[in-house]
Amino acid sequence: MPTSPAATVQGEAHENPALLHHFATAEQQKDAASLGMWVFLVTEIMFFGGMFCAYLVYRYWYFGDFAAASSSIDLRLGTLNTAVLICSSLTVAMAVRCAQTGKQKAIVVYLILTIILGMAFLGIKGVEYYQKFAENHIPGQASFHLAGHVPRHPDIPVNQRHAQIYFSLYFAMTGMHALHMIIGVGLFAYLTYKAWKGLYGPNYYTPLENGGLYWHFVDIVWIYLFPLLYLIDRHP
Amino acid sequence: MSEHISSVKLYVGIWLALLAGTGLTVVAALIDMGPFNPIVALAIATIKATLVVLFFMHVKYTHEKLTKLVIAAAIFFFLILLSLSMADYTTRLWT
Repeated sequence: MPTSPAATVQGEAHENPALLHHFATAEQQKDAASLGMWVFLVTEIMFFGGMFCAYLVYRYWYFGDFAAASSSIDLRLGTLNTAVLICSSLTVAMAVRCAQTGKQKAIVVYLILTIILGMAFLGIKGVEYYQKFAENHIPGQASFHLAGHVPRHPDIPVNQRHAQIYFSLYFAMTGMHALHMIIGVGLFAYLTYKAWKGLYGPNYYTPLENGGLYWHFVDIVWIYLFPLLYLIDRHP
Repeated sequence: MSEHISSVKLYVGIWLALLAGTGLTVVAALIDMGPFNPIVALAIATIKATLVVLFFMHVKYTHEKLTKLVIAAAIFFFLILLSLSMADYTTRLWT
């Protein structure tokens, strides 16, 4: 039986020590926690939604310059990072499954794999940011310059101001996503410690499940960021 | 607890589908489909996101209807944000 601080509350004799006294069943308790997590994720959807909306407006206004700027960022690194994040979502799903089936050592292994993949994502992201600095693609800098022309229009040079709006959105959206990844890695380090202590098993794994919901949500944000930022008008 | 436990096979299948979707969206972006390029890209992204929500986030197996209502409400209000904003910005030059 996994133990938890919840077991000491009110001293009522429950079959499941993780069950708090104000819930009728463990199932009801888990549903309430899950619903609360989803309500939090709704606020996150609206938070990222504002940035997606700003992106949509400027992409509509300055499509040619957005396409030129989008084609300048590294497609291989972006694709690799998408794959890394999808792999991390699988390891999270497997960690939760191992809690459901009571394989406590495997939970820790999958959580550590998730942290490694999350840090790999952040490392690759760091390489991409470094390239932006090296290429003078940092918005707001006097030295900002994006060479070239609007795709398929050799006569229209890139408007430097509009290209900077693209890079502002690129850094705001991927930066905010990266911040969520950093928080996620911290959260999972905590979950790994608790799992290593043997806290999670078939009777109680709500923090693991809710941490997983957060990680999958951050994955979904990237699933949309990838085509929107990296794949504008890429074709020859 | 009577929680649904998905099989490892299912999780690996979803994982492979998500990787395939990633490859597909890159290939599709390199083909000239005119106005359909962004539509195809967003359709693939939405299919991938739906797979993650239904299977990795266990929404397909939840018996709590409130969770589904909350998700539907979030998508609805997000689409209102996008559609009403774009209804404004795309029609500003109309005379």
